[in-house]
Amino acid sequence: MKLIFEKSISGRTGFSLPASDVAEYKLSDGALRAAAAELPEVSELDLVRHYDALAARAYGVDSGFYPLGSCTMKYNPKLNETVAALAGFTELHPLQEPSSAQGALEAIYTLTESLKEITGMDDGTLQPAAGAHGEFTSLLMIGAYFKKKGEKRTKIIVPDSAHGTNPASAAMAGFEIVNIPSDANGYVDTEVLANAMTEEVAAFMLTNPNTVGLFEKNIGKISRIVHDKGGLLYYDGANLNAVMGIVRPGDMGFDIMHINLHKTFSTPHGGGGPGSGPVLCKKALAPHLPYPLVEKKKDGRFGYRKTSLASIGRVRAFQGNFLVEIRALAYIIALGREGIRDAAEKAVLNANYMKSLVSEFLTAPHKGACMHEFVASCEKLKEETGVSALDVAKALIDHGMHPPTIYFPLIVHEAMMFEPTETESRETIDEAVAALKEIVAQAKTDPESIKKSPLTTPVGRPDEVKAARKPILKI
Amino acid sequence: MKYTPHTQQDVREMLDKIGVDDISDLFAAIGTASGEGLRAIGKSPIETERAMVALAEKNKVYKTVFLGAGAYRHYIPPVVKHIAANPRFVTAYTPYQPEMSQGILQAIFEYQSCITRLTGLDVSNASMYDGAAAAAEAVAMCINGEKDILVSDGVNPAVREVVAAYLRGSGRTAVSVPLDEDGLTDIGFLEGYGERAACCLVQQPNYYGNIERTKEIGAVLNRTDVKYILHTYPIALGLLASPAEVGADFATGEGQPLGMPLSFGGPYLGYIAAKEKYVRKMTGRIVGETTDRDGRRVYVLTLQAREQHIRREKASSSICSNEALCALTAAVYLGAVGKEGFRAVARACVDNAHYLKEVLESAGLKTRYSTAEFFNEFVTVSDKKSSVILNELKRRGILGGLKLSDGEILWCATEMNTKEEIETVGNIVRKLL
Repeated sequence: MKLIFEKSISGRTGFSLPASDVAEYKLSDGALRAAAAELPEVSELDLVRHYDALAARAYGVDSGFYPLGSCTMKYNPKLNETVAALAGFTELHPLQEPSSAQGALEAIYTLTESLKEITGMDDGTLQPAAGAHGEFTSLLMIGAYFKKKGEKRTKIIVPDSAHGTNPASAAMAGFEIVNIPSDANGYVDTEVLANAMTEEVAAFMLTNPNTVGLFEKNIGKISRIVHDKGGLLYYDGANLNAVMGIVRPGDMGFDIMHINLHKTFSTPHGGGGPGSGPVLCKKALAPHLPYPLVEKKKDGRFGYRKTSLASIGRVRAFQGNFLVEIRALAYIIALGREGIRDAAEKAVLNANYMKSLVSEFLTAPHKGACMHEFVASCEKLKEETGVSALDVAKALIDHGMHPPTIYFPLIVHEAMMFEPTETESRETIDEAVAALKEIVAQAKTDPESIKKSPLTTPVGRPDEVKAARKPILKI
Repeated sequence: MKYTPHTQQDVREMLDKIGVDDISDLFAAIGTASGEGLRAIGKSPIETERAMVALAEKNKVYKTVFLGAGAYRHYIPPVVKHIAANPRFVTAYTPYQPEMSQGILQAIFEYQSCITRLTGLDVSNASMYDGAAAAAEAVAMCINGEKDILVSDGVNPAVREVVAAYLRGSGRTAVSVPLDEDGLTDIGFLEGYGERAACCLVQQPNYYGNIERTKEIGAVLNRTDVKYILHTYPIALGLLASPAEVGADFATGEGQPLGMPLSFGGPYLGYIAAKEKYVRKMTGRIVGETTDRDGRRVYVLTLQAREQHIRREKASSSICSNEALCALTAAVYLGAVGKEGFRAVARACVDNAHYLKEVLESAGLKTRYSTAEFFNEFVTVSDKKSSVILNELKRRGILGGLKLSDGEILWCATEMNTKEEIETVGNIVRKLL
């Protein structure tokens, strides 16, 4: 398919402004660019058809099943889109005075309060733009907390099953990373943790349920090990969907955490963003939250809190990804306490149902109930047939679904990580499993055909080595 | 309201298949009961919509806006919102499976191409959280031993604060480059600093609206091997010298003016572009072109060896989710206004802002920096309290400029402001003075 630049015709336009009725002002030549930027020159219809063709080559939750493990690709309710498009939200300047933005501040306040209730935390900010941004913000806060206490703690412990963002965010915040191995179930080995947990360690970052989809049973013990040495316990909220309304990170002993509104609270992923990564924390860390923070005043009006001198500052220019927050607020208002719990229960039900079906023909290395996601392994299939997790994933595309996450977590070989989410019906799961079963059967009789997939897409498998060796990053 | 499709029979049969009696059995590992949780009970869609509309109605939407200072109201052709609302763009995630995500990948490739064309630089990534975060990560990429990090006082204070927060990790603080009496970055200071600096962040036009002598700054920085990061207002790139033309190593900026509504601060779009030599250190996702086995052109996420999921603590950044839909929106906007339309928007901003300045001066306000050229923002100074002027405008349904101090206001005009609006502001101000 042509690029928009390849459809451009010199002199064509689909845009006009009102005729100017003020004098033209000429800036001095020295300040000007030599030539206009070569932007596309197309009609409005050209533009519409171009993007319609691009949309036909894209696939979202609205298109079909999207069990991308760790990403919580649940349905994005359309009501939330409608309310996020209200002019009362979209046409507000971020520097408008609080008196003229009472509804916006109330929305921020209410969402923060709701998230505090759901997580069992004492305070929070909605400012970070994504989960990794929330991690980075939290780690800066952890750094500020120990600095204020006069303790020199330079290390962060991260399990080898953690999302890559954990160690990357900790490094950006200036910490040294201590990686610790998990056991075969992705659980924290408490002995290993106890040995690594010195007084140089600022925090231990944990995802619970873990990235294998199992709830960390030893969380009480882990909390004691970390806190006994004066460290903090960080909760990576990527998997909060499995436990919201059932158990709270604040009650499990976590001190600080981020939430992914675009996962747990149903806001659309936008082809990779915008997300929103609120940070919630216990009282002791609250003075270090970034500003601006919203408060409800005694007279019931909303305004900005007085800036704490211990604050880490700002992690972005304005309040946060506000329209994402509006969608999440609408979702929480609609679901309420029962709906939140129901979402977690059905997410876990769907994952266990799918796991029980898949484990009949693929290895699911972790026995017993999983939480909202599970990992299957194609290691044995690959040994027998040469067909890898990647091949199976590509073949699933030909069956009209998005493949699961593959090759993560790193601790399982040939991993396929399925997260069906709560909004999928039993029939959808049945169909996906039937497709997977057919592929596994075909791998045993005709592995070459699987390795050629996908065949139904506009393009075949890309040469990724070539892409990286001689990068072409623009036209 | 629940968005789960399960009937009671579904639940029963699914539990049978799993081999447990009750959903609670699946949560046995959790054991202990937890605290209260969310207090509010659920609402129907009608009630939810009413609650959200009630919140929206508590906000004041101004028809007339003269406030910028980092977030700008520009015309968004309806076709932009229409295209960017396509559910196949909205409900997709990061294009990990290129064969079924060519639409998203090509759109991002086109966005990267637009940014390189606007900035004149070689490489753009797929987007950053916002303009301030883009500037902060560009600064982080330039850290070089113990050399100092320079940030001009002409950079938006919010951007400076974000740079400062990001630098906390390295234990560094930036050195402020003062402005001269014309409200422009002090080039003499940069010359004096010489090679002791690793990088310098400059904003064009600067926070006070003044057009910086970016070429002269570039000459000094290039000579002393100090990395030059130019933080730009994208609309101004329609007319002003591109970052590449003035010798910048990096260009960053807030992409919100490219088709995104003000939205009380987000979602916005950070853009970052760099010279070729920085490509393998670049932060964030990057889309590249390659081929499939039949030789067809294919787009993929590339150079992933820089990224967190591969490199973990050695990654160039921790970015995973970015602002992809905003990047797509910017590409659609730039396609909608096109090569000439984009210049026309920039010209209208310049013309309207200069008319606003003339009207405010004739109403009795003085301009704070009278010698420097400006793009579409400028500062006025007066004995009359800024708050008196701005409150009176507010009373008349006009969102005036930003109060910088008791007597100073930062004004902004765009193509959205009419001659009549400008003259109304002039008349209101004249009566107050």
